[in-house]
Amino acid sequence: MTPERVGGLPTKRLEGLGGWGRFPTSDNVAVRPEKFRQLQPVGASSLARGMGRSYGDAALNSEGTLVLTERLDRLLEFDPESGVLRAEAGATLADVLAAMVPRGWFVPVTPGTKFCSLGGCLAADVHGKNHHRDGTFSAHVAAAEVVLANGERVVCSPDDGSELFWATAGGMGLTGIVSEVALRLTPIETATMRVRHTVARDLDETIGLLTDPAHDARYTVAWLDCLASGARLGRGVYMAGEHARPEELPLRIEDPLRLAPKRPKPFPFDLPGWALNPVTIRAFNAVYNWVQGRRREFLCPYEAFFYPLDGIHGWNRMYGKRGFVQYQYVLPTATARQGTKEILELLSRERKASFLAVLKRFGPEGPGFLSFPMEGLTLALDIPFSEGLERFLDGLDEIVVAHGGRVYLAKDSRMSAQTFRAGYPRLGEFLEVKAAVDPEGRFGSDLSRRLGIGR
Amino acid sequence: MTRGPVLILGATSGIARWVAVALGQRGHSLWLAGRDREELERLAQDVSLRTGAVATAVPFDAMDMDGHEAFFADLVSRAGIVEGVVLAFGYLGEQERGERDWREARAILDQNFTAAASVLLVAARYLEERGQGWVCALSSVAGDRGRMSNYLYGSAKAGLSTFLQGLRSRLQKSGVHVLTVKPGPVDTGMTFGLPKLPLLAPPERVADDIVRAIDRRKDVLYTPRPWALIMAVFRAVPERIFKKTRL
Ligand SMILES: Cc1cc2nc3c(=O)[nH]c(=O)nc-3n(C[C@H](O)[C@H](O)[C@H](O)COP(=O)(O)OP(=O)(O)OC[C@H]3O[C@@H](n4cnc5c(N)ncnc54)[C@H](O)[C@@H]3O)c2cc1C
Ligand SMILES: NC(=O)c1ccc[n+]([C@@H]2O[C@H](COP(=O)([O-])OP(=O)(O)OC[C@H]3O[C@@H](n4cnc5c(N)ncnc54)[C@H](OP(=O)(O)O)[C@@H]3O)[C@@H](O)[C@H]2O)c1
Repeated sequence: MTPERVGGLPTKRLEGLGGWGRFPTSDNVAVRPEKFRQLQPVGASSLARGMGRSYGDAALNSEGTLVLTERLDRLLEFDPESGVLRAEAGATLADVLAAMVPRGWFVPVTPGTKFCSLGGCLAADVHGKNHHRDGTFSAHVAAAEVVLANGERVVCSPDDGSELFWATAGGMGLTGIVSEVALRLTPIETATMRVRHTVARDLDETIGLLTDPAHDARYTVAWLDCLASGARLGRGVYMAGEHARPEELPLRIEDPLRLAPKRPKPFPFDLPGWALNPVTIRAFNAVYNWVQGRRREFLCPYEAFFYPLDGIHGWNRMYGKRGFVQYQYVLPTATARQGTKEILELLSRERKASFLAVLKRFGPEGPGFLSFPMEGLTLALDIPFSEGLERFLDGLDEIVVAHGGRVYLAKDSRMSAQTFRAGYPRLGEFLEVKAAVDPEGRFGSDLSRRLGIGR
Repeated sequence: MTRGPVLILGATSGIARWVAVALGQRGHSLWLAGRDREELERLAQDVSLRTGAVATAVPFDAMDMDGHEAFFADLVSRAGIVEGVVLAFGYLGEQERGERDWREARAILDQNFTAAASVLLVAARYLEERGQGWVCALSSVAGDRGRMSNYLYGSAKAGLSTFLQGLRSRLQKSGVHVLTVKPGPVDTGMTFGLPKLPLLAPPERVADDIVRAIDRRKDVLYTPRPWALIMAVFRAVPERIFKKTRL
């Protein structure tokens, strides 16, 4: 019994495959190149898939073939002069951190999980808690090699004036398959973070902390209690972090660049869907505020600061079999406060609250045609699946669009093509590049077909 | 701590790659041997970046059996000494094709058994003379019992396992240790997309088990662990019943 082959590679059926939110799911066929030269588009429609940490249907291609990049994850070259690491696109931030933190280097931008591939980080042009200072992932990519629809491998970079680069950064895999990334790392002196938590009693205070230069730090974010209403609407905990310096560490630490090894605990089973109803979430939020509110300044390992959820492997199963929807929008500075207020009011009124609500300030918009961040405020919500959710989220879309904002593709599973077009005014420029490098529409995804970006 | 050089034969194998990383982390320098130059270079870069170990790619074709002697001598002269040898190359092939086409059958038998025996005999003479070191060879649970679906591969691995038993006995007198590894199905290019496979073990995990077994001078390692028990049950089934299964 031998598997069917596409483009010379054996295929595997992945039935009921989803993104990290496990909604929606579709039946997919995948190939997995084990050798670098095998990384090629296959069949009539292909899509690269990295670690599957996007939430919705961005990394699904039920009408074609998925090209899994997970085995092309080799770290190739590091230049300590420039801090540039060249690696295959399937390498994860976890791979990079494990190898480079002990040498005194950190990833320049990281999402809230380190189990993301470099290719996935560039394709979604991810942002981290330092966006207001350091911009998106692509701002630190010195060059990327992309395998185009015709199989040609092209190196593109921000400096060569290449439109391909800015279409690929944020382009959700629709321009080609990123095969290698040269990433400029950030020097650090310790593996520890110096963190300051401050309680904010309402939305104005929360936004104040996020925007006031006196409270600023390299990494900032606020966790919000979405069930608080009335005068306490938008209350939360503001978290500000810096890489600690060696002299700030306790003396007993031998090597400031090493963390004690810790294995992630697996999340053992699917929780029943009711376990995260508004009552449990309310309790969670209250406890969270209490515990966090008491801490002020402390040191913690970088893992606990950047990846609190990675400590629990498979935490997405916490939401039960029905999965959940993650919703993230950004609003421009001018309307951010008002729009966010309206959305929080809707959330607390409809009791759709989310286990996690994270508010963050973005700095200036980058050149990526479909990159998500714009200067303003972004809010990310996890919403467990329930009746009437579709309608509710459509309501959020309306508020976002009315305030000149946009919804994040890496987390989206359901927005309409109109909402998408309203939020991404540079779509036309993106499509021009796509037509030039992929005239037959060889790269497509369930997301691209839903939003009318490509076949 | 630095430890002696290790030669990995078939270093581009999905399992071998992580064995190399685990050995590199323990401070061994590595000689990565195989027939795919380009991939070996990438692997060598990766292993050095991840572990800090010195890793060097060397060309090696298991099927060039007449060249094994010269290959090994050349390697010893470059490496100075060889502390351990990991034999990872192998070929699953297609059973049904092998039943019709002798070339396929022969490729399966040769790549898994004849070529392995050839290079191990050369390595054994060197290690025996040196009076220390170790051999770790990847056989398979498939060699523990013949099955209609893969008895060509299985018999070659059975041959390899038996060969290793004898070699172990011969070399123990010289203080050289021989480890036989019998993995269950592992998630590598060898198994990707094969239907009806039970849970596939991640190659990283299998590699960790292997390197720990090398440290502990184990004779036979089943990995992941439950396969020791599964295979004990498998072997216990009487032949008159087993022959009727469609396994
Ligand atoms: C817990 C958690 C926290 C998160 N926090 C953040 C956050 O703070 N900020 C943020 O920006 N995002 C965040 N994300 C989203 C995540 O960073 C992105 O979805 C990222 O793209 C995931 O990388 P991946 O390798 O899993 O990509 P996948 O999910 O596999 O793919 C995502 C997209 O990238 C494309 N792609 C993947 N690899 C390649 C490649 N080699 N070449 C071309 N295209 C490719 C795919 O086609 C798909 O369109 C978070 C996700 C989780 C689960
Ligand atoms: N995967 C499993 O489920 C499993 C289970 C039990 C046992 N095993 C055994 O474990 C070992 C490693 O398996 P794997 O799954 O990691 O295999 P793999 O990824 O398929 O790799 C097989 C390796 O053998 C090499 N090879 C084949 N013929 C060669 C030759 N003539 N000269 C040099 N190298 C040659 C290949 O080199 P190229 O890159 O040049 O092709 C490749 O590196 C094999 O012996 C296999 O039989 C595997």
